Amino acid sequence: MSVVKLKLDTGYKITWCPGCGNFGILAAFKRALQELFDEGRVRPEEIVVVGGIGCHGNIINYINVNSFGALHGRVLPVLQGIKLANPRLRPVGFAGDGDMLDEGISHFIHAAKRNADVTVILHDNHNFALTTSQKTATSPRGFKGRSTPMGNPEEPLNPDVLALTSGATFVARTFARDIGHMTRVFKEAIMHRGFAFVHVLQPCVTWFDTSKYYREAVYKVEGNDTSSLEEALELARRFYVDPGLRLPPRERIPIGVFYRVERPVYSDSFTWVRGPLAGDYSPVSVGKVLEELV
Amino acid sequence: MRQVSVLFGGAAGDGVRGSGRLLARIMSRYGWRSFVYDDYQSLIRGGHNFSIVTSRKDEKVLAHWSRVDAVVALNQDTIDKHKDRLRENGVIIYDADRAKKLPQGVATVAVNASTIVREKRLAPIYRNALLMGALLKVLGVPLEEGLKVYEKAFGPETPNKQLLQQGYTLAEPPVSFNLSRGSAQPLPVLTGNEAVALGLLRAGLKVYLAYPMTPSTSILHTLAALQDRYGVLAYQPENEISVINMALGAAYAGARTAVGTSGGGFALMTEAFSLAGQSETPIVVVVSQRPGPATGVPTYTAQGDLAFVLNAGHGEFPRVVLAPGDVEEAFYMAADALNLAWKWQVPVVLLIDKHLSESPTSVEIDEGRVTVEEGKVVRSREELERLGLEAYKRYLITGDGVSPMALPGIEGVVVKANSYEHDEWGLTTEDPVEISRMVDKRMSKLPHIVEDLRARGPVRVWGDAGSRKAVVSWGSTKGAILEALRLMGGGFKFVQVRVLAPFPGEEVARELEGADVVVDVENNRTAPLADLVRLHAGVRVDGRVLKYDGRPFTPDELAARLSEVMEG
Repeated sequence: MSVVKLKLDTGYKITWCPGCGNFGILAAFKRALQELFDEGRVRPEEIVVVGGIGCHGNIINYINVNSFGALHGRVLPVLQGIKLANPRLRPVGFAGDGDMLDEGISHFIHAAKRNADVTVILHDNHNFALTTSQKTATSPRGFKGRSTPMGNPEEPLNPDVLALTSGATFVARTFARDIGHMTRVFKEAIMHRGFAFVHVLQPCVTWFDTSKYYREAVYKVEGNDTSSLEEALELARRFYVDPGLRLPPRERIPIGVFYRVERPVYSDSFTWVRGPLAGDYSPVSVGKVLEELV
Repeated sequence: MRQVSVLFGGAAGDGVRGSGRLLARIMSRYGWRSFVYDDYQSLIRGGHNFSIVTSRKDEKVLAHWSRVDAVVALNQDTIDKHKDRLRENGVIIYDADRAKKLPQGVATVAVNASTIVREKRLAPIYRNALLMGALLKVLGVPLEEGLKVYEKAFGPETPNKQLLQQGYTLAEPPVSFNLSRGSAQPLPVLTGNEAVALGLLRAGLKVYLAYPMTPSTSILHTLAALQDRYGVLAYQPENEISVINMALGAAYAGARTAVGTSGGGFALMTEAFSLAGQSETPIVVVVSQRPGPATGVPTYTAQGDLAFVLNAGHGEFPRVVLAPGDVEEAFYMAADALNLAWKWQVPVVLLIDKHLSESPTSVEIDEGRVTVEEGKVVRSREELERLGLEAYKRYLITGDGVSPMALPGIEGVVVKANSYEHDEWGLTTEDPVEISRMVDKRMSKLPHIVEDLRARGPVRVWGDAGSRKAVVSWGSTKGAILEALRLMGGGFKFVQVRVLAPFPGEEVARELEGADVVVDVENNRTAPLADLVRLHAGVRVDGRVLKYDGRPFTPDELAARLSEVMEG
């Protein structure tokens, strides 16, 4: 097939804070796409990115591919709707920790449960940054945001454990300061058939700068058995973020692909759907059904 | 006799709703038209359910009548609750094993239905067939018509056929209504929800998403049962918020998509309804009303969500709200809804209620009247080039406000839809000039939508066109109003408003102009239609006939109330 060189930049002025972890995510994603295009594994027009609301959501303005800017918390339903209507498309979602794990957590659990064939990349900076820093589902206990000046009274949620126990078939953790690692993980996630969840540890330079903390804490796992749920859960559980970001980190944090298995996606059951539902506008007759109701 | 009404009553799970519908189908084969009202409670077993079937020889019937000619009682409760509905010379047909106390001076037909089905080791629900057999004998409808419908509904081997025959043979009714065969062709019997499902399918529906909520759920059931035949998808996601956001994803990708719910579910959907407006994603939302607020009365009827639907969603964006008045209109207007959504790239609400959603009615549907109106969809690079749009902009500003909608997946074309305010490319903007341009672009569709709707009949007029008395109403009250008109022998003009947004003010004003008395009829407490008529047509209504007890109007009740208001 002919490779179409699409300019991946929109030229839109980037509004993230200088040094924001999102720059790394954007660079790695563009690199991952370009490599997939160059390798002839994906065509540019197959990619649809869906962004939520939060700092991460601006990513849709910076990449020159199909996109849908969704509501806060609703990246996953939109992704799944796109895939249902046209299975030839490869929807990739970008969601925030507050976005997907506070407002939209039910969609996350259900998308994993039904093993929907979509990829979602979580920009986890442990706070609502765009609204000037409040706690989210992944803020550590004791985190001081503007809505919890005395410290977050809740324990954080572990998104990787949640994804694994909910039924995701691809679960990976990566770090926004390691573009090479992210690129590899993104490519694998996009090519995975089934629900692919990528947890990106993303420093928020303005409100909760985990850069140094993660640099010291993070280590790459290799040679792990990605078909073992137990091993994946064991790696996933190794995740502690100190609310005061005290160094050295109490525990080290593994990054890498934790879990990857093949399992039927829910839409495999729709055997009667032949070809994309999108783009078919031919009239059908309901005369026979009416006749049956006489 | 040219009209007959039969009430079937029993506990939930006894199968009275099934019987009501089967009788309507039998009568349809006999050349009679029917309307079935199902009154049931929000429980699975016990309680009291009843169905009233009103049938008329050769002519349409659009509402049930509260007085009945026969009561078919599966238990004592039915007799106690409904004996006063019986007209003079009415008959009670009952399961003599389950009911013992009969009113004095009423003709009765006893069938030991429980004993018979028990002896045959059949479930109690089979009692219905025995009693139906006895009923057919009372009506004077040939057994063969019943057997044909039962075979079609339950298959050739069903024990129901034999029971129907047995009931017919056993019954020795003291009276027969001697109903004669009508000359009308047999018609299908459909509920409003089934008509909505079929109308959407006919107009190219490919994806239907819904979370169960009475009284909209049977749209999902109907499409789920038909999805393999039509190669479409009917699916139930985790909640209403997922339903509508998933639907917007599917529509953005290019599948004609609809969702269905009731007031509470629509309340959960409203943020994404506004997203449909902002992103200009075509979507149909079927809202079937039940009494609110909150959980309200789930299995009963109301028209209490009009103001809500007209104002749902934050921000300003054009929407279309259609309100069919009967099952036939539900079919055509469901198709219109999908066509309008795609033609104008706006959210469209099809606003119905329990009474329309769940009342089986004999209908004449001509699917040839429905076409698929694609709108400005672009499926290929060639189409774009033909339009001279090599550099594709999802929100291109055009004369009618509608931009060509390319589907994602075309080589070299980038389609960007956005919840944020955006420029023509779909990129986020906060620029004041761009913001007002885009708001104007979306709102500029409105006059074109108004013109389009004008051709689809936003207002219909019934009854005495020259009368100086007028009734104005919307939705399922149409049936009772037309029946009341018949009962009163005319005497007023009925202005049925079928489009509620954008409101057809000019048409309504024209029809109400010169009326001495204007009466607003609605199944709610606050008469929002009267306010709309005042606002958009400049006409002040003189009287309001409102009902908000969860029950629909019946023709006799409505005629009495209309006479009172019009004379007063």
